[in-house]
Amino acid sequence: MIDWTPLFITFKLALITTLCLIVIGIPISYWLAYTKNKGKPIIETLISMPLVLPPTVLGFYFLIAFSPQNAFGDWLNNHLGIHLIFSFEGLVIGSIIYSLPFMVHPIQAGFSSIPKNLIEASLLLGKTKFTTLTKVLLPNIKPSIITGIVLSFAHTIGEFGLVLMIGGNIPNKTKVASIAIYDEVESLNYGLANSYSLILFAITFIILLLVYLLNNKTNKNIL
Amino acid sequence: MIHLSIEKKLNTAAGDMDLCIDITIKKGSFTTFYGPSGVGKTSILRMIAGLLKPDKGRIIVGSKIWNDVAVKKQLKISERNVGVLFQDYALFPTMTVRENLEFALNKGQSTVIIDELIHTVGLKQLQHRKPDTLSGGQQQRVALARALVKKPTILLLDEPLSAIDLAMRKKLQDYLLLVHKHYGLTTIMISHDIGEIIKMSDTIYVLENGLIVKSGAPMDVFTHQYMSGGFQFTGEIIKIEKEDVLYIISLLIGNSIVNTVIMPSEIHEFSIGDHVLISSKAFNPMIQKIIQ
Repeated sequence: MIDWTPLFITFKLALITTLCLIVIGIPISYWLAYTKNKGKPIIETLISMPLVLPPTVLGFYFLIAFSPQNAFGDWLNNHLGIHLIFSFEGLVIGSIIYSLPFMVHPIQAGFSSIPKNLIEASLLLGKTKFTTLTKVLLPNIKPSIITGIVLSFAHTIGEFGLVLMIGGNIPNKTKVASIAIYDEVESLNYGLANSYSLILFAITFIILLLVYLLNNKTNKNIL
Repeated sequence: MIHLSIEKKLNTAAGDMDLCIDITIKKGSFTTFYGPSGVGKTSILRMIAGLLKPDKGRIIVGSKIWNDVAVKKQLKISERNVGVLFQDYALFPTMTVRENLEFALNKGQSTVIIDELIHTVGLKQLQHRKPDTLSGGQQQRVALARALVKKPTILLLDEPLSAIDLAMRKKLQDYLLLVHKHYGLTTIMISHDIGEIIKMSDTIYVLENGLIVKSGAPMDVFTHQYMSGGFQFTGEIIKIEKEDVLYIISLLIGNSIVNTVIMPSEIHEFSIGDHVLISSKAFNPMIQKIIQ
C-alpha cells in the first residue's frame, strides 16, 4: 500500500518554498534589473551557483553550517531555538537557496524587458518607485512571474541530493517523494517506487506543459 | 518664467560633449529646440523634468528653485508637476485608455478632469480600449490627455509627432495648440519639422554641439537660413535618369515627387539621396488653394 506522506511533504515543501521565493525573489530581481552597483555580477553569480553545482555540494555546506557543532548552527540552536539539521525548516531554507535562480532569472528578464520610458512616465506622473513597481511593472511582467513561480515549484519537487544531505530520511518529517523512491528501490520494492515515480512524472509534466502553453499564448519567450 | 542656466557633460555617439545653455523661457510661450540628433535637446528636457541632474548651474521656475547644483538642491520629480510627451507615447499597456488617465490622478483628485480631457482630445469611443489596439495618432492623444491630468503648468514634448503620418500630424498639432492655449501652458518642444515649428512655436533655439547657435522667432530664424531668394524648396533626389542630352532628376519635396531637368555638365555634382535646394527667381508663381 502506498504511503502518501512523502508526496504530501514534497508538495508542502514546494508550496512553502515557492511562497517564500515570491516574497524574496521579486525584490532581488528588481534590484538586479535596475542597479548600477559594481557588485552586481558577484550577486548574480552566487544566485546562479545552484544551477551548476551538484546539489550535494550545497547540501554538504548547509549541513556543516547548520550543525550545532559549528558557530552558526550553535547560535541558531541556543539563541533562537531553531534546529535546522534533519528538520522540515532546514529543508525549506535549503530549497529556497536551491530554487532561487529559477525565480529570479525570469523575473529579472521581465523587468529588463520593460521600456525605460514606462518607468519614467510613471515617475513623471508623480508616482513613487513602489507604486510604479506594483501598478506598472508587476502587471506588465505577469507571464515572467508565473514562469518563475511554476519553475520554482517544479524544481523544488525534483530535489533529491540537497534534501537528503540536510534532511536525511526521517519518515513523516523530512522524507520527501524523491527520497522515498530511492528508499523503495534500495529495498527492492520496485512497484512502490514506480507508483511514486509515475505520480511525480505526471505532475511535473502537467506543470511544465502549462508554462509552455502560457508562454506561447503570450507570445513571449521568457526563459 | 523658466530660467535655465545649466552645464552637463554628455556621452553622445560622437564622443563626449559639453552641453551649456543659459536661457529664459517666458511663461505661456511655445518654445522649440531645433538641431541635429545628439546635440543635447532631449537632455535639456530631461533636466527640466528632473530625470537628469545637471553638473552645474540652476533651473528656476517662477520664483521657485528646481535645481541649484551649488547648494545641492534637486526638487523631486513629483513636486515639479511637469507634463511630458514621449515620441513612443509610453502608455501603460496593461491599462485601458481611461485607466491610463486615472493612474495619473493625485490622491483624492476629482475624476471630473478625466472626462473633460477625454472629451477635449476626442477619445470617448476609445476610452475602454487597450493602447495596443489604437493607432499611433490615437495613442499620442491618450498620452497628451494623460500628461494633462495633473494640471501641469509646463508641458514638454520630445518629438511627439515624428512617428505619426502627415495627415494625423496636422490634426495633433491642432490638439497641442488647443491645449497649450486652453490650459495656459508653457510648452517646450523638440522638433525637426520646420513647418511644424513655424506653425506652433513663438520662439526657437537652434542647437549645435551643446550650444545655442541661433534663436528668435521661427520665421526670422528659418527665413534667413532658407529663403533668401525668391521662391525655394528643399527636397531629396530619389532618381536620376539620362534622357537624350539631358538628365531628368526626380525630387521628393514634402509629399510630392517633382521631375526637373539638369544639364550633363552639372550632373556630376549630384547623386541619389542628396538634399538639394530648388529655387527660381525669374517668374511669378501661381498659387491656388487645394480643396481637400
